[in-house]
Amino acid sequence: MKIKKIVVVVFLYLFNYNYSYSIEPEIFVQSTVNRASKILSENISKEKKMDELRLIAKETVDIRGIGFYTLGSVRKTLNDDQKKRYAILFEEYFLKSFSSRLAEYTNPEIDVQSKEILSENYTIVNSLLKGTAERPEVKIDWRIYTKNPENPLIRDLIIEGLSLARTQKEEFSSILNSNDNDINALFKTLEEFSKN
Amino acid sequence: MIKKILIIIFTTYALTINVIASDDGELILKKNDPAEIEDCSENFNRATFKFNQALDGIIFQPIASVYRKLPSPAKTGVSNSLENISHLVTIPNNLIQGDFKQAGVNTGRFLVNTTIGVLGLFDVAQHLGLTGFEKEDYGQSLATMGVGPGCYIVLPILGPSTARDTVGSTLNFFGGDPWYNVTVRNDTQYFNEANYYSSKGVSGVDFRAKNFDSIENLEKNSLDFYASVKSLYLQDRQQRILNTKKIIDTQDDSDWEEISQ
Repeated sequence: MKIKKIVVVVFLYLFNYNYSYSIEPEIFVQSTVNRASKILSENISKEKKMDELRLIAKETVDIRGIGFYTLGSVRKTLNDDQKKRYAILFEEYFLKSFSSRLAEYTNPEIDVQSKEILSENYTIVNSLLKGTAERPEVKIDWRIYTKNPENPLIRDLIIEGLSLARTQKEEFSSILNSNDNDINALFKTLEEFSKN
Repeated sequence: MIKKILIIIFTTYALTINVIASDDGELILKKNDPAEIEDCSENFNRATFKFNQALDGIIFQPIASVYRKLPSPAKTGVSNSLENISHLVTIPNNLIQGDFKQAGVNTGRFLVNTTIGVLGLFDVAQHLGLTGFEKEDYGQSLATMGVGPGCYIVLPILGPSTARDTVGSTLNFFGGDPWYNVTVRNDTQYFNEANYYSSKGVSGVDFRAKNFDSIENLEKNSLDFYASVKSLYLQDRQQRILNTKKIIDTQDDSDWEEISQ
């Protein structure tokens, strides 16, 4: 009888556990945006802001996925060591670029407006960055990878219809094309960016 | 019996039209896919891009940095006036593309805003339900006719374009742009060349000011600024040609899936 009770309790716990940790993409985006906004509105140094934004990005963005997507077909030609090196370099580059871009904004207000479920794995969350006296409002769509509903991840930002992941892919492709598809040239460029 | 035949004919016709429309849309989408557009003269384009960057640093960026500090109503008025003038090219292109409804709406917008809206300073038309304005040009019209983009080109001063869009722009100077016709081409007593060129200059400053932070940010954080601008321009054109606010399938999901496995 006691074992049965324990089993029931464990089952209920697990059920509730699973249920409570499934995050709706739009709530995920709004909460991520709110966290970033809070940091950006704090009276702390730009470096401190960038550090905190990096932590948010590490938790909420599929950096590895974006990195390999950005490489395009070249990734198929890399050996394991090159893949490892690329993953490290890309993460450094991405976090610096991401936090540096965001740190320029002070207290951005983003409102999540709607969502469109594309498939089991992808939902697009539509949001609006409110305009200020100096810039017009901006439509931002978020491509959320929802394969694991407990841990949704950002895979792309589409600003006024323009995909950042795609832009980055074409940028990397241009660097590779100018260097006979030599991955070491890309490694060098990524290293230089992160160092500066 | 006749009714049945008519229904079958009508249904078949509607389906065929849909298939054709869908095929056309896909073909236009593919033709204008940024990844498919060749950069035939990359070295020349990069040199022109550098020239334009220098020009931007000397002229547009400093002026835009002052312009963006103007009070919002002043900037909105300028933007509205420029948008009002652009109706003159948009309306014929609405007609060429067979979008008669939008051509009517835009004609109404132009008439209302030019008169009641004091030469376009105020967008009164939107309060009368005349909304949904999207700029159209001859490059877009050529694209909807199935003309491919050709090579990617960076024009001095004017910036990114494609061979097709450059041809489209030249049509403005051969009677396609009523604003050019009344200011430069024909000798009218109301307007002169200065009106045309100043409107183009202000349009450039207005665009630069609206995208001031984005451009600075992009330049600072790009590994290859030229490639980023090219990608963004071509993505934007693809969207405008398809007249969609929807997210174009910019990413092959299977490409992503392979990564996650």
